[in-house]
Amino acid sequence: MNKKQRGKFGRFGGQFVPEVLMPAVKELEQGYERFRDDPEFKQELDYYLKDFAGRPTPLYHARRLSEKYGVKVYLKREDLVHGGAHKLNNTLGQALLAKYMGKRRLIAETGAGQHGTATAMAGANLGIATEVYMGAKDMQRQRMNVYRMELMGTKVIPVTSGSQTLKDAINEALRDWVSNVEDTHYLIGSVVGPHPYPTIVRDFQSVIGSEVKQQIMEKEGRLPDSIVACTGGGSNAIGTFYPFISDTEVKLFAVEAGGSGMESTKKAALHSASLCVGEEGVLHGARTKILQDPYGQILESHSIAAGLDYSGVGPELTYLAGTGRIKPANTSDDEALAAFHELSRMEGIIPALESSHALAYLAKAAGSGELGDIVVINLSGRGDKDLETVLEMGAL
Amino acid sequence: MRIPDKFDELKTKGEGALIAYVCAGDGDTAGIVHALIRGGADIVELGLPFSDPIADGPTIQASIERALDAGMNPDRYFEMVKGLGVDVPLVVMTYYNLIFKRGLERFVKDCKDSGITGVIVPDLPPEESGELGGYCEENGVDLIFLVAPTTTGDRLEDILKRGTGFLYLVSRLGVTGARADIAGSTKEVLDRVKTDKPKAVGFGISSGEQAAEIIKSGAQGVIVGSAFVDIIASGEDVVGRLEALAREIKSSLG
Ligand SMILES: Cc1ncc(COP(=O)(O)O)c(C=O)c1O
Repeated sequence: MNKKQRGKFGRFGGQFVPEVLMPAVKELEQGYERFRDDPEFKQELDYYLKDFAGRPTPLYHARRLSEKYGVKVYLKREDLVHGGAHKLNNTLGQALLAKYMGKRRLIAETGAGQHGTATAMAGANLGIATEVYMGAKDMQRQRMNVYRMELMGTKVIPVTSGSQTLKDAINEALRDWVSNVEDTHYLIGSVVGPHPYPTIVRDFQSVIGSEVKQQIMEKEGRLPDSIVACTGGGSNAIGTFYPFISDTEVKLFAVEAGGSGMESTKKAALHSASLCVGEEGVLHGARTKILQDPYGQILESHSIAAGLDYSGVGPELTYLAGTGRIKPANTSDDEALAAFHELSRMEGIIPALESSHALAYLAKAAGSGELGDIVVINLSGRGDKDLETVLEMGAL
Repeated sequence: MRIPDKFDELKTKGEGALIAYVCAGDGDTAGIVHALIRGGADIVELGLPFSDPIADGPTIQASIERALDAGMNPDRYFEMVKGLGVDVPLVVMTYYNLIFKRGLERFVKDCKDSGITGVIVPDLPPEESGELGGYCEENGVDLIFLVAPTTTGDRLEDILKRGTGFLYLVSRLGVTGARADIAGSTKEVLDRVKTDKPKAVGFGISSGEQAAEIIKSGAQGVIVGSAFVDIIASGEDVVGRLEALAREIKSSLG
């Protein structure tokens, strides 16, 4: 890549951050360049991914689901990663990078607490002090995750500004970083934020897609016809897709949260489908598609799955959607809930509500034939964390 | 009024500039602006509130939230500014997404038409500012950049080349907000940034004493925000106290 293009995916991405943060993002850029291919760093990360996180995760042939939908369905079992989601792939990578860069403190944002928990795990394991910003409202809704983080020695800091949810937690983490750039690494949880984050997080999550590629070749002797992944910020999606980008015969579906409807009220969207219906803008340091009002004020988003509940999406996904390489889609709260129950009953796997959005796309699209004969669905996490939400929704 | 003309005028009089920040739409903005000017503000920086102000500390965030809740938006902002009828330079401070959404050219034209002669966008780095800078130049509007204690080398050169109006020096790492101790790194930054453009120091100044020290260290102006916004937030004798604080600070800049 030439210098002018650095940190950009087409016209998306970039570094729209206050001047006080510039040295920090530049330092991270340099640190990552220095260590990403360092044999010692890679070896150490491989070790943690294998013996601490439990990789590689299986690629599981969901037999009964396949029969029902007339498509051969494989599930990539990220729900079996330590902590119950793909999030740890990224937090281990970044925490180790921070350690190599000599940082003494990790900060992170979290919505439902999944990324915060994964950061707490990596921080505790590598012995780095960790503080997590979490919307005050989210802390009430996710008390168990707050407790999990605290058990691992992480300090959870309530965010009372704005809508008191994920986007405000990101704002607050950025403000902390502005004040403490010298000794602190901001460990962002998805492929969002200023360059180099979208690239770093993508690279650390690409372990998912690399394993899928090897596993599907072993099992089928060929690539799948399609890959489906849920998309909030987009880290599990791009991590699964990335090793297949140049295999243009493989269709890639990024499934966003359709929420309770595709409309918006004055201050909030009823969904989180920025890739599908968002408009171009700049949020959290990157030019991408975002949910915004006609003036450019950021709308709050909604999804039954807290991990998808974000008003933006990674710039690389926006770019790839623009070129037609990936296909944005969405499934609603109700469709995701139905898929949650279906997988639990038919395969004995309770999926995260986030991942249930990808599963719901199977039900929606299998009939049309657009998924082809073999589909890989990334099961980004397990659903134990969601039982309370599902119970509240009632209907079984 | 253009910003460089104001600095020329002050130079002749041997005074430092008081640049006052408030967020438009939080309280009676016209009354507030006039009070600040009566107290001696030389330039008024009027925030256009954005939903996700990452460069601002708690005081200004809360002000922005009150303004948004009260219905402030870019259309109303420019209408309101048009009606102010003041004879000091007015500067808009806002975040890039509001400018991007409105359209860069339209935004700068709206500035010009409403009497705004400077733009500050804390989340727009110089390397992304070419297009906005072009429209600003065409329309006689200054594009003002921030310089951090950590801005050095090529970045500093680039900012010095692109910035017009004045340079906004951030006194220390962090977000906006009043602080007691600011002197240390300020002098260092002022010495390091070599330019013939005016330098104004902001982030953390709340008293005449601090302001005087900064001018003595070689700045041509001070930017005071959170200290004024605190008064607005209190809701008590707002206009009187704003005018008094502006007067206290301005009188120490002579
Ligand atoms: C299980 C699970 N899947 C998906 C996501 C969405 O994040 P991303 O789109 O970055 O993969 C989350 C976020 O918390 C999650 O916990």
